Amino acid sequence: MSTLSAKERMQITRQSMPEQDAAERSRNFQEVNLGFPEQLALLEAQRCLQCKAAKCMQGCPVMVNIPRFVSLVAQGDMAGAAKSLMGDNALPSVSGRVCPQEQQCEGSCIRGVKGQPVAIGYLERFVADWARNHGTVSDEAQPAPTGKKVAVIGGGPAGLTAAGELVKKGHDVTLYEALHKPGGVLVYGIPEFRLPKKIVASEVDRLTKAGVKIECNVVIGRTYTIPELRERFDAIFIANGAGLPVFMNVPGENFKGVYAANEYLTRVNLMEAYHAEGANTPVLKGQRVAVVGGGNVAMDAVRTAKRLGAEKAMIVYRRTKEEMPARAEEVHHAGQEGVDFQLLVAPLEVVGDEKRWVKGLKCERMELGEPDASGRRRPQPVAGSEFILDCDVVVVAIGTKANPLLTATCPEMKLNKRGNIETDEAGMTSIPGVFAGGDIVRGAATVILAMGDGKRAAQAIDAYLKK
Amino acid sequence: MHKILAKKQLSPNVTRLDVLAPRIAEIKQPGQFVIVRAQEGGERIPLTIADADPAKGTIALVIQAVGKSTRELVALEVCDAIRDVSGPLGHPTELIASGRALCIGGGVGTAVVHPIAKALHAKGVQVTSVIGGRAKEWVIFEDDLQKCGDVIVCTDDGSHGRKGFVTDAAKEVLTAGGIDIVYAVGPVPMMRAVANLTRPFGVHTVVSLNPVMVDGTGMCGGCRVEVGGETKFACVDGPEFDGHKVDFDLLADRLQTYREFEQRANACADGQCRIRR
Repeated sequence: MSTLSAKERMQITRQSMPEQDAAERSRNFQEVNLGFPEQLALLEAQRCLQCKAAKCMQGCPVMVNIPRFVSLVAQGDMAGAAKSLMGDNALPSVSGRVCPQEQQCEGSCIRGVKGQPVAIGYLERFVADWARNHGTVSDEAQPAPTGKKVAVIGGGPAGLTAAGELVKKGHDVTLYEALHKPGGVLVYGIPEFRLPKKIVASEVDRLTKAGVKIECNVVIGRTYTIPELRERFDAIFIANGAGLPVFMNVPGENFKGVYAANEYLTRVNLMEAYHAEGANTPVLKGQRVAVVGGGNVAMDAVRTAKRLGAEKAMIVYRRTKEEMPARAEEVHHAGQEGVDFQLLVAPLEVVGDEKRWVKGLKCERMELGEPDASGRRRPQPVAGSEFILDCDVVVVAIGTKANPLLTATCPEMKLNKRGNIETDEAGMTSIPGVFAGGDIVRGAATVILAMGDGKRAAQAIDAYLKK
Repeated sequence: MHKILAKKQLSPNVTRLDVLAPRIAEIKQPGQFVIVRAQEGGERIPLTIADADPAKGTIALVIQAVGKSTRELVALEVCDAIRDVSGPLGHPTELIASGRALCIGGGVGTAVVHPIAKALHAKGVQVTSVIGGRAKEWVIFEDDLQKCGDVIVCTDDGSHGRKGFVTDAAKEVLTAGGIDIVYAVGPVPMMRAVANLTRPFGVHTVVSLNPVMVDGTGMCGGCRVEVGGETKFACVDGPEFDGHKVDFDLLADRLQTYREFEQRANACADGQCRIRR
């Protein structure tokens, strides 16, 4: 890298991600992005200007030392890059695929001011995949056991990250997962075409090899309560996720053919209804599927509908593409795959046939008014604009709210008005030694923010246990 | 893995499996259920815990083999294992502390009524059970319920007990008076009929609902039911609700969602379809 001047580096243009052809991929569940070959990674890494005050790092919720790993890639030292990256980030092959980089590292990249930012996400994915394919970098010495026991509740991004960090520090970590497979939203929510399940499995495998004990089918709040766990563990990290889906509260929402996105995606992903053959768990494969919402979950659902064979897969969103909270790449990919965007449209009612099967979604048109509390322009209905959108499946992807299962068995733990757990800056709840992070604290947020919480909480738990 | 320690055929299509699950056996309460997955790739099936033996560490699962997944489950033998058992899930039954209870069970629902009757009896509540089935061989848990109080058996064809529906016998018990609460579990039409029967008597009626369910932890929202005009999730808010407030039409309707898929899966399992799925 030292061989290139800044000017020469500035002349390299951003490398694009090789991807499956849109028409073809919209009918299969294989991964859309194929990953950088080494040559492209080398070229892309050379675009990095190695800023002294690296803004990209400040944009990263887990504070990955981006210039360091990128410079190692540019030098062709992939093992070194992997070691550097994985020291900062427990799940790089996940975040390299699902992070909203444009709002984080790449959004802060200095090269983005006058052009295209360095493709940090693609490079992260490249290094993580390289490490997985080359048998990784486990020359780290086994940490000395501390004799402290930590329970991690929830096997999603926050829990997996925390477990990985805690075991590295020599603690005895047991992770409890409510479902039959660890991974949380990474296995039940995010589809195969965006995050292949074998990648999550290999990350989980890495953790168990490092010494994390994983117990599936344990529902904290039912199988064990927090007070029971406190007797057996020196510290607890709660990362059980947001849980309950929010519905629209419109007439007809209980007709057959209306799904919460959580159910639709769980059937397809975790329960493997995406296999054309031999799946035991059914899912209604609509011909015309309307997905309500504009976030990543909505994009996942609508692109899944397309792949399950829908003639028409539609996003129904009450604002415009600008206001969509989804990752830019997902909206772009969905468009390429032929997803129909019904923008400035708000659902009023689910219309059913005489047997109470969905046959349409009664909607009204919206226009944008003044900005609301979120800073986004508030949509207002256009009088007399009602119409019926023909569809046979409706998927509601408008968010989730706190699951009360765990917190109900621990009344002394402080919650906010929405039922989310309150924590201090270090992530500790109102109960000493009990920490929490991810969606159960934040409400529905992103994988990477949950991972950041897991990392921070692990540090705080380590400090707490050393006191 | 959860080893099967005992297996018993209770009726022509109902099987009891006693499965090793020590933690659940230790803490389960009446009204709670588990979600099981027979093997890798299998469906998640919600099943009521019909009984438990904490000393042996077993729970009793009573399975009506109606679909492909439940038929695979009952095909397992003693010493085989069930891959996943998660629970105990759902709220425990609200048991009255004293007085008289009428427990009504229809078909496989009788297995759900059993732990409730057993717990009531242990508290000193006077229990009358009314249970029913198509014919003698379809009546289950009769002996177990005898240990908890009086039992009235009804069969459609009169081959055992009295001829007629459980609601006929229940009506007589209610008319005689003194019943403080009714617990009813069975097919949706039966629970609806019981709720309609008890309403004019003003007797609180608890029913246990069995909607389509995936995760059982509130995450998917598939098990939503309407109670008193509000949407509830049976897995975390129930599975037991006030029978006078449940929208049984909606429950019955939503249970039809996958009927076509189930029929096809059954036909394939029977070798009646030529295209292997």
